[in-house]
Amino acid sequence: MTKASPNPLVAESPLKEAWGVFRRSGLALFGLGLLITIIIVSLIGPLIYTVDPIEIIWAPLTAPGMEAVVPLGTDYLGRDMLAGLINGGKATLAVGISAALITVIIGISIGAMAGYYGGQALGGRFPYHPFPKLRVTEFFQVLPPLLFAMVLVTLFSPTLPIVAVAIGVVSWPATARLARAEFIRIRNLEYVNAARSISATDNWIIWRVILPNALPPLIVSSTLSIGIAILFEAGLSFLGLSDPNIVSWGLMIGSGRQYILDAWWVVTLPGVMIFLTVLSVSLVGDGLNDAFNPKLRDR
Amino acid sequence: MTFLPALLKRLAWSLLLIVAVLVLNFLLIHMAPGDPADVIAGEMGGATQEILDAIRKSYGLDQPLYVQLWVYLSNAATGDLGQSYFYNLPVLDLILGRLGPTLLLVMVSLLFALFVGTALGVIASHKPNGLVSYTVTIISIVGYAAPIFWTGLMLVILFASVIPLFPISGMYDIRLEGGMFVRALDIAHHLVLPAFTLGIVYLAQYSRLTRASMLEILNSDYIRTARAKGVPEIMVYGKHALRNAILPIVTIAGLQFGAIISGAVLVETVFSWPGLGTLAFESILARDYPTILGILFFSALLVIIANLTTDMIYRLVDPRVGTSAK
Repeated sequence: MTKASPNPLVAESPLKEAWGVFRRSGLALFGLGLLITIIIVSLIGPLIYTVDPIEIIWAPLTAPGMEAVVPLGTDYLGRDMLAGLINGGKATLAVGISAALITVIIGISIGAMAGYYGGQALGGRFPYHPFPKLRVTEFFQVLPPLLFAMVLVTLFSPTLPIVAVAIGVVSWPATARLARAEFIRIRNLEYVNAARSISATDNWIIWRVILPNALPPLIVSSTLSIGIAILFEAGLSFLGLSDPNIVSWGLMIGSGRQYILDAWWVVTLPGVMIFLTVLSVSLVGDGLNDAFNPKLRDR
Repeated sequence: MTFLPALLKRLAWSLLLIVAVLVLNFLLIHMAPGDPADVIAGEMGGATQEILDAIRKSYGLDQPLYVQLWVYLSNAATGDLGQSYFYNLPVLDLILGRLGPTLLLVMVSLLFALFVGTALGVIASHKPNGLVSYTVTIISIVGYAAPIFWTGLMLVILFASVIPLFPISGMYDIRLEGGMFVRALDIAHHLVLPAFTLGIVYLAQYSRLTRASMLEILNSDYIRTARAKGVPEIMVYGKHALRNAILPIVTIAGLQFGAIISGAVLVETVFSWPGLGTLAFESILARDYPTILGILFFSALLVIIANLTTDMIYRLVDPRVGTSAK
């Protein structure tokens, strides 16, 4: 007998294995680092750089690098650009993450119900269940998402929670479709039948048996939906549909756009911040996708 | 399923979707905080007591809710989407006046993205690690992560001062004199930047998708057969492979119509393109709810028509669709 190799029957935990793949991708690590930096700057930055982003402190439209007091220049009212960039991330990230959370909760719940109960797989136990072929999703998909969100925010009020809910309400169909596909794939596998045979309830099977196994692609799509939600928030605040008293990158672009021909920085800099944030989220998402996708492992 | 029954079934389903959108609009008016009459009047200063009374009467707001819904639906069926008290025009007229520019923008962007995107994808699939491949990857990263209105504004800065080649705002030059042809050229000239901005996002997606499906197809048996019997390489790519690679792209393009319209709202606002998007923006500033809800309804209608068309084109192009699902 040769020296005992690590027991091949004991598998590495899936999360550990996924992290192993994730760690090897340079782009994914770069994305993760960038994202963490942006979050830290947004959270701690305002405590270190204490200039009020709403206060007028210098001559309007001062170019970056001209005055030491305002290193990145000022906007059309004379407010500090750097303070705006540091403080603007908090609202954008908060709305982006909570909207993505709402998207994921609605999407997974509806997708799980449709995937589990839909069709004939359970011997037609639920012929009149409420989600035949996910028609509800199709209804929401004919409404252009941004316009629908604009309507919701206008009819109710442009506060951060409403904006987050509106983005969540308009963007769940994609997640629901994915969850449904995963649930259909898994619902008749042996271990689900095994659970059923020991008379586990539907609720138990959906949330405790199938969902954990359907998670990897859903985690990837949730990550990507954070990026989409951030773009959405930016679009809405660019159109003036967000809380006018809270600085956000989209709002900075929207309010500065009249002055772009005299002052390139007022729209360029906040846009770069949005770009970097969405880029970092999507790099992390791509990395997770590779990490969770067994087909791509050991390339 | 043969073509005609499938078409009828899709039409019936589309009609149901249209009614559902109208019901949603109706519910939104009633769920919004405040008196529905105020919501319909648009909260503008112009809404006098007489106007409010007229609204209550014409929408039957003193009736039970289901009667109101019925009134709303039958009004919509006759093309009455309400009155914009801000523009002082029927919402339908307002929307029809702005529909053309939006359709022009969306269709040109979509065609630009489809043609250039597939072409770039095919070139990239020829050399998977070549310059075009990398360019496509970079464009798709930028297209995904940069907010579309910001890309537009960057182009405005670039073309306003650095390279003043294209107009950065509006749809035509009102000072221009000349015949139809000169005007069409002028509109095309104004269309370049907005269509490019809107198209580039989808161009990136389509080229990535084409590249991926081409790479898969080029490895398949029938391509090997074609090459073995001496089909010229350009025919292998252009005829045998591309035909099959293009189907998923048609599907995606059809499904994305709603997202493209959303993008058009932002692009139109950036370039002051006089379409539904700028109308939506203006009516939001004015809190003109009937117009906003009318635009939501109309754009949903456009998406439904686009989906229906894609579905039918698909059935015509690919005879396999529908036959297996009997």
